[in-house]
Amino acid sequence: MPSELTAGRTVTDVPVAPRFFTLEQRAALGRLGWGTLSVGLFFGIWELLWYLGIADPKLLPPPHIFLGNFADQARFFNTATRWQIGVNPADGPSPYEAVAITIGATSARVFVGLGIAAVLSITIGVLIRYFQFFEKLVLPTLTLLSPVSPIAWLPVAIFIFGIGNKPAVFMVVIALFFHMVLSTISQIDNVNRNLINVARTMGASKRQIYWRVIIPAILPQLLIVLRLNLFGAWMVVLVAESTGVGFGLGQVIMLARNTFNPSLVFFTIAVIGLLGFLSDWALRVIQRRALYWVPETAGVLRGL
Amino acid sequence: MASKPIQPFSRQEAVVCRGIAKTWAEGTPRAHEALRDIDLDIQPGEFVVLLGPSGCGKSTLLYLIAGLEARSRGEIWSFDDAVTSPSPDRSLIFQETSLFPWLSVWQNVAFGLSLRGDPLEERRRAAEAALARVGLAEAMEKRPDELSGGMRQRVAVARALTMRPKVLLMDEPFAALDVQTRAKMQDFLLDVWRDSGASVLFVTHSIDEAVALADRVVVFTARPGRIKSIIPVDLPRPRDPFAPESESLRRRLMEELRSEVDRAFAEQEALVGA
Ligand SMILES: Nc1ncnc2c1ncn2[C@@H]1O[C@H](COP(=O)(O)OP(=O)(O)O)[C@@H](O)[C@H]1O
Ligand SMILES: [Mg+2]
Repeated sequence: MPSELTAGRTVTDVPVAPRFFTLEQRAALGRLGWGTLSVGLFFGIWELLWYLGIADPKLLPPPHIFLGNFADQARFFNTATRWQIGVNPADGPSPYEAVAITIGATSARVFVGLGIAAVLSITIGVLIRYFQFFEKLVLPTLTLLSPVSPIAWLPVAIFIFGIGNKPAVFMVVIALFFHMVLSTISQIDNVNRNLINVARTMGASKRQIYWRVIIPAILPQLLIVLRLNLFGAWMVVLVAESTGVGFGLGQVIMLARNTFNPSLVFFTIAVIGLLGFLSDWALRVIQRRALYWVPETAGVLRGL
Repeated sequence: MASKPIQPFSRQEAVVCRGIAKTWAEGTPRAHEALRDIDLDIQPGEFVVLLGPSGCGKSTLLYLIAGLEARSRGEIWSFDDAVTSPSPDRSLIFQETSLFPWLSVWQNVAFGLSLRGDPLEERRRAAEAALARVGLAEAMEKRPDELSGGMRQRVAVARALTMRPKVLLMDEPFAALDVQTRAKMQDFLLDVWRDSGASVLFVTHSIDEAVALADRVVVFTARPGRIKSIIPVDLPRPRDPFAPESESLRRRLMEELRSEVDRAFAEQEALVGA
């Protein structure tokens, strides 16, 4: 093996590791290292408790058990075709594919919901500030409905949309919508007046002020609101799925509960945790790309 | 001064203010009188400095002349037009940065042109010319937060100039800059003013700045702001800040201001119950 890797190379070709990484990459590696250490410590304590006989493996199976037998856990993800009449379960996707399909389905519901919620609530929020009659007509109802917990909307989702993707997406939209509309309005009210006045002195129409000044000015804060609500979106999707709106990670958790399978519960929790983390990271990347002009402030706090 | 008869004007003046008054939140319990009985004429191409203690209503007057806020009483004319709303003929430059952070420097400068729908090529060329005039041709593609405070204010000036305003209203534009940068910016502003031909109404609370820039200095009283005196400055440019004439002008302005600053202080102390 080693001779194969270095074949055709002189000794000087061998790269020196530190020069290979930029400062930024090194910071990322550092974060990865700390992340691994943090999770490793958590799992280590758990394993220790199991080893000492304090954690009952039937109720709190340690990571090496619930992560150990992937194929065994994956079996339970085969919910994609189970409930469809006239389909032979053997024709369904393989367990690994089933895991991928389940994860994909749940993530897609989260992100489609986020997208719809963002577009819808920004539009409504802007219209409320743009047209006074619209504000008078709509805002009282929105304010009244905003404190209602999204879970309370679950029956409504099922009445209206039955089962499938739609009620789960609806739940995500509902969970974010009211909060984001109100947030949009308050962001609009907080736009730097000078920016608006500059546009006005240059002859901007009301429409141009909204499109060219107000909307770009409020986007950064709204993306942060969206990110803060991401975990909430994951939560309501799981709830929606667990009540039988179709297949998905919530469905698997429910299955695990009903069949008393702690390993499956923890396996699914691990998957959900990882997905939540990855989607937050994805939104952060989008935030940095789309909102290139917003300075990063985290460094300031780190200096304290 | 309050009982001065209304004087005729030819409508060739760059700005004419007659009997201007402004009370913020008028008719509410929070009503707050900012300006009273302002009569002021500004000739085309003239450089007028408004000097007064902070809080006396200088910014308020600029906002009224820009047409950004409604006045409580009085009339404002600019050349042939009664001022009722903002116009590209009257550009306002703010004390704090007012560049759009999401646009590049040249897009900021060309913002007004893009509102009019000018084609991209033209906008770029106009922005390039304006930026060259303020010595920032290199910074076209930069973002505002990559610039220093002085550079940002120069971009703001370039942005105002692309609209070819007849009146340039400036609200303490250099107040946040250090002394050396500020002196440079004053020289630069005088250059720009000379070749643009616009009238400038420049607000400051700095006597040195007034001495360096003004054709006329308008001294305000403490709030509610009224015009206390108008002092013509006949010193040739470029001005030597240490010349005896500059020195005596500075002393005169200081005397005019002192009692007003004392009054402004007394009022502020009364407000907080000291
Ligand atoms: N938008 C506003 N609403 C209410 N009061 C205002 C507003 N802008 C300024 N004022 C008040 O008007 C007075 C004059 O303010 P301003 O014109 O900003 O003073 P200056 O620019 O001379 O420091 C101050 O007492 C200030 O508190
Ligand atoms: Mg002011």
